[in-house]
Amino acid sequence: MVENRRYRNILAYLVLAVGVLIVAFPVYLAILASTFDAATIINGNMPLVPGDQAGENYYRTLFIGASRSTREPVSMMMLNSFIMAMGIAIGKILISILSAYAVVYYKFPLRRTAFWIIFITLMLPVEVRIYPTYKIVADLGLLDTYTGLILPLIASATGTLLFRQFFMTIPDELLEASKIDGAGAFRFFKDTLLPLSVTTMAALFVIQFIYGWNQYLWPLLITTKDNMQTIVIGIKKMLTTQDALTEWQIAMTTAVLAMVPPVFVVIFMQRFFVKGLVETEK
Amino acid sequence: MRASQDRSNNDLCRHWGLNHMEKRAHFSSKTVPYLLLLPQLAITLIFFYWPASQAIWQSFLMEDAFGLSSEFVGFDNYRHLFAQPEYYKAMSTTVVFSLAVGTLSLACALLLATQADKKLRGGEAFKTLLIWPYAVAPAIAGVLWIFMFHPSLGTLSQPIRALGLDWNPLLNGNHAMTLLVLSATWKQISYNFLFFLAGLQSIPRSVIEAAAIDGAKPIRRFWTIVFPLLSPTTFFLIVVNVVYVFFETFGIIDAVTGGGPAGQTTTLVYKVYADGRVGGDLGGSAAQSVILMVIVIALTAFQFKFVERKVQY
Repeated sequence: MVENRRYRNILAYLVLAVGVLIVAFPVYLAILASTFDAATIINGNMPLVPGDQAGENYYRTLFIGASRSTREPVSMMMLNSFIMAMGIAIGKILISILSAYAVVYYKFPLRRTAFWIIFITLMLPVEVRIYPTYKIVADLGLLDTYTGLILPLIASATGTLLFRQFFMTIPDELLEASKIDGAGAFRFFKDTLLPLSVTTMAALFVIQFIYGWNQYLWPLLITTKDNMQTIVIGIKKMLTTQDALTEWQIAMTTAVLAMVPPVFVVIFMQRFFVKGLVETEK
Repeated sequence: MRASQDRSNNDLCRHWGLNHMEKRAHFSSKTVPYLLLLPQLAITLIFFYWPASQAIWQSFLMEDAFGLSSEFVGFDNYRHLFAQPEYYKAMSTTVVFSLAVGTLSLACALLLATQADKKLRGGEAFKTLLIWPYAVAPAIAGVLWIFMFHPSLGTLSQPIRALGLDWNPLLNGNHAMTLLVLSATWKQISYNFLFFLAGLQSIPRSVIEAAAIDGAKPIRRFWTIVFPLLSPTTFFLIVVNVVYVFFETFGIIDAVTGGGPAGQTTTLVYKVYADGRVGGDLGGSAAQSVILMVIVIALTAFQFKFVERKVQY
């Protein structure tokens, strides 16, 4: 505007650069730690340039695991996390696009009731009903299963609302036209609605994948077997052994590995990520 | 009563755009819509309504020491809860934690967003570099920060010691809380930044330019024009941040402090977990869950009622 622009822009760059540095520093330290051996880290004077143990650390973490605590190779945990995250993302897209289609495109008694039953779930995160949910999952015999990890976390309305909002913006003429063409409910859904919903699905996918990958309390409760651990749980267990026994180089290598998939998704699907975040508003 | 209920229903409807509930054309079928709704309704009933009502029911029961039988005890669990100094401690811890994380992360995010909103070369790259911590799991964020500030091996602990502070977040409750606040803030800045930036970009340039022509300096322009126009975003974020601190920081707390030292970083949600799992007190834990439910519902209602309407352009 009218003031000295140059001076203000330099200030802006400075503030942003400091922000980026603060945001990146803890992660940089984790990456550094994944390149040193245990002794270098333990003595408290870890150098600020990478060491030469990266190959050894990543190999051991991925394929052997922390010997003293979790006993499972981290690649196994990553597979569990991946199945859980994909199950939550795809499961939620599936059930919510179907229910949104019913609520928007059909007229039937109890429509409003059904919608409100789903809508209310927005209000209570899984954390407040954690033990009763645990008990139900246990009674159903779903402890230590992927189904038990996934299903309780997709019982929420965000996806349904997102698709509903989007369907409402689709012009009525499209439905009228395809009815004139003789299309039934299934063909309209498959040929018209699905192709139009791809962006919304991608946005929901990104948000739900991150949500699923990062789950903590739920898998902590319902997984008891080592081979069902997710990576976020696994890393916690690496730290709970007596402090002196913590294999920090393995723990920090695991931390780096745990960040890679969701961060990758945010950076490379940034457009969908922002859309999903803003439109689901949580 | 009736009228006020209708009004709050209308608020909810407006919030989600539900007043345009109708499509002009529909399909009709007696069974298909129910089949389409079946998966979601089944999952919702089994994994949401059933456990939520169980939590309420259980909060009125007391289990015997072996968990073999339980009897109806009315409000005893609640009375017992409010007689515990630990419960008030957890409440005040939660309030302090929320205030600190909320204030710090909103302030940092707003500062960064206002800078990123200037038309800078490379602005998009800065945006990418600032939003990715959203993808880091709370528990992982906790691990990163405890590694950085670990009393014996943390890279940043030695500079702090050199300043003469006997830094030990594993033993000192205030240090532990500080560490939790920092890690929770670190993780939340990206979310707040994104919403503030979107809010700033939706403010018409012409309004700000008009003020500039009238001679208002940048700082004055910000506080008298931009900040008030941002208020819907700010209020929305306050509610979201409170919910975040209440629930999603569980992973951070469990990874960094485990509620300790000596229960000094035990928040309300952490106490639900600890009392139910470690303490085996399911009735007391359920009563705490119910209180949390009431708090969340109140917050959500507050958001619908005030955030959407009272605060606006």
